[in-house]
Amino acid sequence: MAGYLVRRLVETLLLLLVMSFLIYGLIGLMPGDPIDLMVSADPNLTAADAQRLKALQGLDVPLPQRYWRWLMATLSGDLGYSRLYARPVLEVLGPRLLNTLLLMGTSLVLALAIAVPAGILAALDPRGPVDNTINLLAFAGFSMPSFWLGLLLIILFSVQLGWLPAGGSASIGESGLLDRLRYLILPVLTLTLLTAGTFIRFVRAAMLEALREDFIRTARVKGLSTTSVVIRHALPHTALALITITALHVGSLFSGALVVETIFAYLGMGKLIYDAVIGNDYNLALVALLLATLVTLLANLLADLAYGWLDPRIDYGG
Amino acid sequence: MGRSWYVTILACSVALLLAGAARAAPDRLTIGMTQYPATLNPNIDSMAAKSYVLGFTHQPFTQFDAEWNLRCHLCTDLPSLEAGTAEIVERDDGTQGVRTTYTIDPEARWGDGTPVTTADVAFTLEVGKHPDTGVSNAEMYRRIVDLEIVDDRTFILEDEKLGFLYPSINDFRLLPAHLERPVFEADPKTYRNRTLFDTDPTNPGLALGPYRVASLDSGGFIALERNPEWWGEPPAFDEIVIRTIENTAALEANLLSGEIDMVEGSLGLSLDQAIAFEARHGDRFQLFYKPGLIYEHIDFNLDNPILADLRVRQALIQGIDREALSEQLFGGRQAVAQTFVNPLDWVYTSDVPSYHEDLEEAGALLDAAGWTEWRDGVRHNAAGEPLRLTLMTTSGNRSRELVQQVLQSMWRRIGVDLRIQNEPARVFFGETMRQRRYPALAMYAWISSPENVPRTTLHSNEIPSAENSWTGQNTPGFKNARMDELIDEIEITLDRDERAPLWHELQRIYATELPVLPLYYRADPHIWPLWLEGVEPTGHLAPASLGVENWRVRDDG
Repeated sequence: MAGYLVRRLVETLLLLLVMSFLIYGLIGLMPGDPIDLMVSADPNLTAADAQRLKALQGLDVPLPQRYWRWLMATLSGDLGYSRLYARPVLEVLGPRLLNTLLLMGTSLVLALAIAVPAGILAALDPRGPVDNTINLLAFAGFSMPSFWLGLLLIILFSVQLGWLPAGGSASIGESGLLDRLRYLILPVLTLTLLTAGTFIRFVRAAMLEALREDFIRTARVKGLSTTSVVIRHALPHTALALITITALHVGSLFSGALVVETIFAYLGMGKLIYDAVIGNDYNLALVALLLATLVTLLANLLADLAYGWLDPRIDYGG
Repeated sequence: MGRSWYVTILACSVALLLAGAARAAPDRLTIGMTQYPATLNPNIDSMAAKSYVLGFTHQPFTQFDAEWNLRCHLCTDLPSLEAGTAEIVERDDGTQGVRTTYTIDPEARWGDGTPVTTADVAFTLEVGKHPDTGVSNAEMYRRIVDLEIVDDRTFILEDEKLGFLYPSINDFRLLPAHLERPVFEADPKTYRNRTLFDTDPTNPGLALGPYRVASLDSGGFIALERNPEWWGEPPAFDEIVIRTIENTAALEANLLSGEIDMVEGSLGLSLDQAIAFEARHGDRFQLFYKPGLIYEHIDFNLDNPILADLRVRQALIQGIDREALSEQLFGGRQAVAQTFVNPLDWVYTSDVPSYHEDLEEAGALLDAAGWTEWRDGVRHNAAGEPLRLTLMTTSGNRSRELVQQVLQSMWRRIGVDLRIQNEPARVFFGETMRQRRYPALAMYAWISSPENVPRTTLHSNEIPSAENSWTGQNTPGFKNARMDELIDEIEITLDRDERAPLWHELQRIYATELPVLPLYYRADPHIWPLWLEGVEPTGHLAPASLGVENWRVRDDG
């Protein structure tokens, strides 16, 4: 087990290094750097100005050299300044990360809380009215475009009923939890409805498979109640599927949800990463994307470890 | 604790959450816009959002007003040759410069009470001229070859070049020396990252306008409060909040829900969205369409052999119905352009060749240009080449994409096969246009100031090339000796009456030679609450926020 863990951690570090080079390279290869855009917009900028500004922002040297400089600075703990926000990268990332964790974490927990019972109920009545209804809602959930659902909720709860704010993260001058929660309700609801649909399908499929297993039949023959069979015997069997989908979604806890954040003017990581990539903000884009990559890799590592814990037949030796 | 307790607690929580949906207080004005300023330092980066915010918090020395007249904001009087506050400098090489005297308003002071003095002017010039600070308006600072401090309030600037706009120093944006000098001197190279405008934006000493920054959430909002040290007319609102909502559909929803009171025109809804919004909710808001100096047009790449022929360019403009296009897509709110000069500008003349839809004439011109043979609805020349052109613009710009489709069908009628090829703005402007890589046609807009001399867009020295590191904005590649002469002459002709005929001739050459296909002058849709009055959009680069002292709640509001 220890050997496996060390090997996976080394692989993670190597992958991060490769990812950092790829991300840096891809952003760098996008046509039009910030100074090119300035030149095209400002008729007074001369060739010498453009050259001077490029040198000032380190854009006058070849891409591999720029990457090397960035890597060395990062390894020495200097994550640099965000070009778009004119502040240190960590200062920009911190509040956004917190907002995103709050948004994505809440919606993930709620989606699981809806999906597990709904998936089980659907599996207990395959092709019956309950299954059909839940399936219909699940399909509706993951088929709806997030921007459309978000706008629909804004129109209903903010415009028509006037109950909830249409967007933002908090009221100006307010720092209370209740105020934050009011701003969270609509984006969380949007994300939950979208995510729960997918999760329900996973849980239903895993539960259906579990209910077809011999040990379930044995439990039923022994006279156990349906609730007992499901909770004590079938549900643990679906845990692998649940861990898989949760691990896959953990990355998004750190990378945010671009469309939902844009619709609700919510200051999260999704919009930050998008703006950083489009705005050639290397420092910010790299740190944000690498953070999301790292978390995804670690979540998958934890998922792999959990598989072994839940199912002793899984062997990490080889 | 029974089940009813949980229900009660849950109900109370929901009630508490929902009860907070309070409407904006009448002493607060909340403005929505789609962009957030990258920095609040007035000399670093130029973007519309920053310009709008600074209109509330930072007065320029001079700026054009809503009537397009130059006026003093921080100074007492505009310098003039007649009054003796400006003086022409004759140089040994035959060129002329100009020395202009400005006196700072004796009441002017920073938000912490420190008087504005010539020490601030000297510091700002030092920052502006420093090669490592990366200020956006470096050219203006570079042109200032001398600063003479007369006293605490009076100074003389020497511009290396005399021009008719000599009294204006719109881009000379003052920095507070008492706060920013230590930051700058610590390391000029990293000043742009350490300026207090970004690291300590709520510092009252940075304010130089009716409002100062009270709080902000980067990317989300900027809250402004009254500046107690403001020396001018007191503004009506205690607080102004500028919220960034990038999605225009969400911007509309926020307006309707009362989260925001108004939408800034140049950073809000597109014209077609605003027209649709007015049709649905026009009774709840004031909608004002301000025509301005944003000139939508199509650049012809004159290196393209097809477009190098003037007859083809004339045929293309007569092959489309621009009036119908404006009427159908923009409710007729965008006036059709004949040249780049807006009829609102005093230098405008209608005495130029004007073009209207004339399919017969367009066909005859194409025949004369050798595009005579029709195959599958497309004209071909004697060599069998099709009359095929590519029109590029910024992808995702709904209005332009609609126009492209209309143009495609209109030009089809005269046998032109139009191909559409769009790119994201950063690629289109950052590379394709800058390096003149568009094969035939490119649609985009220019925004300018009143009486803007088109040196960078029409002078033959301003054609971007590898030799000049792709600077200059004459992307069509237009070369006309008389146009060059007129541009040079207009710039140095101080007398308005003498300049007018030069401007008129310039417009005639433009309309005759058609280096560009003029489309229309864009109008910005401003949305205001019914109870607000006094907002005056300028139609040019100066933001409406510069006149915030005149914004008021209507008496019957």
